[in-house]
Amino acid sequence: MDFFNHDRGDLTVRTFAKVMAICLAIAMLLPTFAAYAAEDGNFTNYTYNYDYWQDEIEMPDAYRVEQVIYSDTLGLEVPMNKPQSLYIRDSFVYVADTGNNRVLELERRGSEFALTRIIDKINGVEPANLASPSDMFVDEAGNIYICDTGNHRIIKADKDLNFLLSFVKPEDSTFDQSMDFLPSRLVVDVSGRVYSLATNINKGLIKYEADGVFAGFIGANPVTYTMFEYIWKTFFTSKAQRAQQIAFVPTEYSNIAIDDEGFIYATNAVFSEYDLLWDNAKPIRRLNSIGNDILIKNGWLPPIGDIYWEEQSVEYGPSKFRDITILENDIYVAFDRTRGRLFGYDSQGILLWAFGNKGNTEGTFTGAISIEHMGNDLYCLDELGCTITVFKPTDYGNLIYKATDQYLKGDYDGSADTWRQVLKLNANYNLAFIGIGRALMRQENFEEAMMYFKMAYDQENYGRAYRYYRKEMIEENIGWIVAVAVVLICVILITKVVRKMKWEVLAYERKKQGR
Amino acid sequence: MSAKSKAVKGETRFQRYIDSVKYAKHVIFHPFDGFWDLVHEKRGSLAAAHTFLVLFLVTYVLRLMYTNFQFMTAPLQYINIYEQCASLLFPFLIICISNWALSTLFDGKGHFKDIYMALCYALVPYFLIQLPLVAISHFISFDEVAYYNVLASISVIWPVFLVFVALMQVHDYTPGKAFIFLFVTIFGALVILFLILVFFSLLSDAAAYFVSLYREIVFRLH
Repeated sequence: MDFFNHDRGDLTVRTFAKVMAICLAIAMLLPTFAAYAAEDGNFTNYTYNYDYWQDEIEMPDAYRVEQVIYSDTLGLEVPMNKPQSLYIRDSFVYVADTGNNRVLELERRGSEFALTRIIDKINGVEPANLASPSDMFVDEAGNIYICDTGNHRIIKADKDLNFLLSFVKPEDSTFDQSMDFLPSRLVVDVSGRVYSLATNINKGLIKYEADGVFAGFIGANPVTYTMFEYIWKTFFTSKAQRAQQIAFVPTEYSNIAIDDEGFIYATNAVFSEYDLLWDNAKPIRRLNSIGNDILIKNGWLPPIGDIYWEEQSVEYGPSKFRDITILENDIYVAFDRTRGRLFGYDSQGILLWAFGNKGNTEGTFTGAISIEHMGNDLYCLDELGCTITVFKPTDYGNLIYKATDQYLKGDYDGSADTWRQVLKLNANYNLAFIGIGRALMRQENFEEAMMYFKMAYDQENYGRAYRYYRKEMIEENIGWIVAVAVVLICVILITKVVRKMKWEVLAYERKKQGR
Repeated sequence: MSAKSKAVKGETRFQRYIDSVKYAKHVIFHPFDGFWDLVHEKRGSLAAAHTFLVLFLVTYVLRLMYTNFQFMTAPLQYINIYEQCASLLFPFLIICISNWALSTLFDGKGHFKDIYMALCYALVPYFLIQLPLVAISHFISFDEVAYYNVLASISVIWPVFLVFVALMQVHDYTPGKAFIFLFVTIFGALVILFLILVFFSLLSDAAAYFVSLYREIVFRLH
């Protein structure tokens, strides 16, 4: 019954609908919308959301392409080659140009981007040249951390690129010493602890203390196997076969990002379609300091990206998130490789918008690999197209963020007004109905609040509003209710008495006749 | 026969129908005694049984359509009422048939009419509880879902129990045999379903053969 970890009572029909929706992955035959020019000349995407029935509902664009940065735009002599990652600190954009063994530093000046530095070596360390750097991080002080994958190390350098520290292969029994240490992604928390992902390491995040000492693994994917697999493995395989099998291992994360509160968001792209049922795949996780997933999932569906996909298409299969970035107010945006889509979720795990597609035009991607944000602007890196696409929120997108922000800051009435503006642009937006309903409830206008909650199919809030409404109604009409009850009781009593009298009369007459 | 006696006969038939409907009250509260008399003392009537079956279907549809959305959200835009009714009626009839077919083999005393009638009478608690529940759902809030669920569960468990007792009394089975027969009946229903599927698939194959034969001939003649 409790299909997606939220209690909604006895809703067999809906649960069934859900199972149908995901299990069969009914071919909804999404029309493949290529980017086309809108009236204002900007490129637009097909933006959508899912309604209560898990049907796809088109909505206004929350983001539009502001510009696309190519190697030419930056005036690079050697064009970018298989860039793997983006990082943004203030107005600086860092690109790991992995194929060319360098890191590019760009600065945003107005709407232009200027190439400020090409980082290809670190002073004071041997070897000095970077080899296939795949990710970087810049802390508050300007120190730069680089995943120097080809040299099997993570380097920490100051802002003038002088070597400070290196994080190398952990000499620990928990780490398989026969394997190369190939760090691929990293984040650094406020106190300088480094969390890294490495190729072929499936024990979770590798954690280093600020002084470079290996501090263990956190947040490993729990190993799951079915009863059948267990029986098969125990009784039907020989020892030699068992040694060859590498089953029952947890999967590697595809990327990590850190939010302002120091929680690490991890994306997981290795799972089967079946794992999405009962939320076993958990493609997006929010890890606390001991590595437990604490992502809030209050939506009708957990954050899994697309729930329908075209059958027999090249882009078949569930969304596989390659990167994630966290905006203000815990709104997070996940970047899907399967269909080159972006999915925005709010702090409650409710889908705000989704857009994007595969392709080579503006706003579409062939090799989605990394996403970062500058304010509310989104920067998306395509490793095959070697482009950085900059998305700017539209008025509509900004209104959604504003309303969320106002609500979280306690300005409920202001938030309701903003939601009303959102409704003018998109009359199908459930969050807006719920937001307005909440504000109305605070103004003790329960009847109208109920109407809004009902339109958003919000059973819990509707129930709450209804309880107050019912109480109000009973208090107002208590006189009538008591009067009706008294009259009813009187009528029942009188009919009883009358009946009894009738019987007595009948009995008397019979008695008389009998004589 | 005079006109008067005809009128009296019509009245008594109607009276008998009313009595057999009212008898459902006795059946659902005293099932062991009730189901025995229903069949063996001819206290029930087919007309009443039809009424209950129709009421059951109507309740099912009303429940989907008019229950407050806090407790039931059926995707009404996709639901076809006739399909819903058929999906209830069809298994119901198959179960009647399978039960009749199997019980005749295992010395059950019930006729097909008796089985159908008893099973229809067993559905009575469902709509007796669910119909008011549709109305009640508009006066309770989401927090009080427990009350709703308890009543809804009773409306299902009670008929299941009645079906069990009905099988026992109609066929004059012991409780153990009736219990086993519940599963045997379901198995029989599956077999019937399978046979129907095979029949239609063979039929379509046969039809396809003649169609292709015709096409071939037409093709050769031209």
